[in-house]
Amino acid sequence: MSPFAILLTRDIRLAARSGGSAALALSFFALVATLVPLGVGADLKLLARVAGGILWVAAVLAALLSLDRLFQGDFEDGSLDLIALSPLPLELTALAKITAHWLSTGLPLTLLSPVLAVLFNLPGPATLILFFSLLIGTPAVSAVGAIGASLTLSLKRGGLILPLIILPLLAPAVIFGAGAVSLALDSLGAQNALGLLAAFSFAAVLLSPFAAAASVRLNLGG
Amino acid sequence: MNFDMGAYSVYIWPAYGISALALAGITLWTLAAWRRAKARLAALEKRPSQT
Amino acid sequence: MNFLFRYANPHEFMRLSGAVLPFTAVATVLCLGVGLYLGFSVPPDYQQGTTVTLLFIHVPADVVAELAYGAIAVCSLLSLVWRHPLADTAARAAAPYGALFTALGLITGSLWGKPMWGTYWVWDARLTSFLLLLFLYLGYMALWNAVEDEARAARAAAILALVGVVNIPIIKFSVDWWSTLHQGESIVSGKVAPVYLWPLLIMMLGYVLLFLTLWMVRIRTVILERRARNLMQAGTP
Repeated sequence: MSPFAILLTRDIRLAARSGGSAALALSFFALVATLVPLGVGADLKLLARVAGGILWVAAVLAALLSLDRLFQGDFEDGSLDLIALSPLPLELTALAKITAHWLSTGLPLTLLSPVLAVLFNLPGPATLILFFSLLIGTPAVSAVGAIGASLTLSLKRGGLILPLIILPLLAPAVIFGAGAVSLALDSLGAQNALGLLAAFSFAAVLLSPFAAAASVRLNLGG
Repeated sequence: MNFDMGAYSVYIWPAYGISALALAGITLWTLAAWRRAKARLAALEKRPSQT
Repeated sequence: MNFLFRYANPHEFMRLSGAVLPFTAVATVLCLGVGLYLGFSVPPDYQQGTTVTLLFIHVPADVVAELAYGAIAVCSLLSLVWRHPLADTAARAAAPYGALFTALGLITGSLWGKPMWGTYWVWDARLTSFLLLLFLYLGYMALWNAVEDEARAARAAAILALVGVVNIPIIKFSVDWWSTLHQGESIVSGKVAPVYLWPLLIMMLGYVLLFLTLWMVRIRTVILERRARNLMQAGTP
């Protein structure tokens, strides 16, 4: 197996072991989806209107839950130093971790979303768009999240700063993702929105490994 | 100069007031920090270093 | 580039800024004074009535809000790529001012919005973008405060600032796209009648000069604080 694949499977296995990060993210996602109607009322038309936005925000927050540990665990026990010394470039290490994070949070959240869409009375076509928007957009959440995680990896209570740093940067993803669902709800074409979202995700996944690697280096080098 | 803003006074004067207060406040804070740093450095430079 | 590095030395910076400061301070007061006088002498706008006077404190605040972040981005680049020694200090010093001007832009924008559109907050593209900019400032300042080692904090903040500045056009574009999605037309029109242009420009200049003046004083203050700290550490065994 290539070093990339080794790192990838290792991280996925670690994520699955430590409190099952997928289960945690899914539960949080479902909980928020349950709480919002409790807070907002059971008007089904209203819920369908807000479904895109609520579910997108909930998905981003759920993915955030495990982000602070992305590099921190390896940093604390010294394995990050070893990984940095390996022949695998640090940028690819970051990409491997981003992929592992997405596979263990973003992807499961995407798969659960049609079920939660039912709670919000979202019609079929819009649910399909929601599914695709999350599929396309959650990699960006993992990628941008990795930048925040690497910047804060040395902080004991870094978990509080992490959302503050990356949520503004994720505004475009929420805007395009939820916007796509909104357009689908009005039977307007959502292709543009999904296209913009795809461009954002592509750029994020392409560029963030560089920023994350630079941040890891600065935290290791001192 | 015309200071009669008519119906909009209730929006215009608070806006100007908050701006003036905030800018004056941050100017005072900036100057106070400067003076404090200057005084501290002067005091340290006067005193020969103690071992 | 060499020009910048000549003043990389704190002593040189103190010398240069000390010489320049009296002029920028006086120019600030003059511009603000003249700007305010002119601003209150203009006739009411036929559409916006007297609320047009808010133009003269809203737009300048927005200008400085963006200028300050640009300055932080440039300093961050100088710090990371060229390792300019004062760049970190300058970047960190600019942040509180940038955040304050952003907040002022939001407040004045909100107070302008109530008579214009009926509510204190409208999710139009400009205000929303500036709200996100405020969060970018807060995150930047929080990161500086959170990382204990100053050298590490400086580089982490620099990376964050550069990531932020790359994102800002994307955020603006997405917010623009979003506002046309939900509201049709963008609400604030871009045209300014000539009679309002002069007070606006002078106030903009005044605000920018105020920022530059305060920023320079702040950098000087940090340099002195650092000298004091070094003296204290030298004095103790």
